[in-house]
Amino acid sequence: MNASTSTQTLEQQIWGWLEQVPDPEIPVISVVDLGIVRAVEVRDVDQQTQCTIVITPTYSGCPAMKVIAQDIVTLLAQHGLAQVAIETRLAPAWSTDWMSERGRSQLHDYGIAPPAQQVIDISGISRARPQAPKVACPHCGSMQTICVSQFGSTSCKSLYQCKDCLEPFDYFKAH
Amino acid sequence: MSDKATYVRRLGDNALILSQRLCEWCGKGPALEEDMALTNVALDLIGQARLWLSYAAELEGAGQDENQLAFSRDAHLFNNLLLVEQPNGNYADTLVRQFYFDLWHYFLLKELTQSSDARIADIALKSIKEVTYHVRRSGDLIVRLGDGTELSHRMVQTAVDQLWMYSGEMFSSDAVDESMTQAGIAPQTDLLRTQWLQQVQEILTEAGLQMPPADAWMQSGGKQGKHSEHLGYLLAEMQFLQRTYPGASW
Repeated sequence: MNASTSTQTLEQQIWGWLEQVPDPEIPVISVVDLGIVRAVEVRDVDQQTQCTIVITPTYSGCPAMKVIAQDIVTLLAQHGLAQVAIETRLAPAWSTDWMSERGRSQLHDYGIAPPAQQVIDISGISRARPQAPKVACPHCGSMQTICVSQFGSTSCKSLYQCKDCLEPFDYFKAH
Repeated sequence: MSDKATYVRRLGDNALILSQRLCEWCGKGPALEEDMALTNVALDLIGQARLWLSYAAELEGAGQDENQLAFSRDAHLFNNLLLVEQPNGNYADTLVRQFYFDLWHYFLLKELTQSSDARIADIALKSIKEVTYHVRRSGDLIVRLGDGTELSHRMVQTAVDQLWMYSGEMFSSDAVDESMTQAGIAPQTDLLRTQWLQQVQEILTEAGLQMPPADAWMQSGGKQGKHSEHLGYLLAEMQFLQRTYPGASW
């Protein structure tokens, strides 16, 4: 196996390992399925393996980012990678469009409605535009739901309530 | 300090000071949902403040980081708008302050996404996605309270009138703004003013509220470091820990 093949293989392995790093606030979804991990780069320098993991913040004030960076370094150390650099990249800005299908169904099974629409429309703010999207209740599947508040228990969620089963639930906002 | 460093510092200071003000509501909001909304907005703003101030610190090149800028400057070295340091007052005062700021913030960030400075454009694009949610909430609440009970209507109208004199500073232009506009880094402030006035008028009309005259006399000075007495009290609380235990960390 030549050097570049082994580097590629290791990068693939790292992607697999990172699927075990959960989001600290929504532990059912991994940082890979959430779309936070943007790149994995491995280099061999003086016979030592150096690794850079590029992550992007979900919301600019999200307090989970520091924990996520620490969790990644700890996990890779357990796999024998000591030289790990975490790089935070702002652009392109994170979007819920990067969430995987698996991640969406994991959210749903956990009781959080996954994003119902495409990335948030930032092109205008006219009040004539539809404001809160129609969201299916993750408990009973009803579309008879109302937005109680655009802001919820974390930056990434809104508060909804189902008019049929009456249960309140979190909705993962499109972003 | 370069004009660009000053400009970016102003952006950071606005987000930082307004965030600190909103945090004062934490645990005291009039309803649980409102309490959470205000603290969510505060959290977005503190994140944005951090992005702006760390860039400002790099541009200044004085070996400081964003934390030192936030926690070790005195009031006259802050460059935020007078609007954002105004006390929370009653809930209508807080909402109207936010409404004026959010609309301006949205239109400004939209232009800054086209900035000739790539770092500014990146931060603006990250921030505007959050601010779009802030604007929606602000406009929505002004309409609900303006078009609500007699009491809520009266209190929002009073806040609209009293805070109006702090709105002009958002569109004032000094040498720093002019040099940023010429360099293609920032938009012309009067362009923002036209958009802002139009949107404020539209929402206040829907809310059944009167917009004060656009040519009213306006306060200014915050951008240049001349502040109201309120900022000192805010900083005393915000900076207490770092002033008492310099360099303390988790």
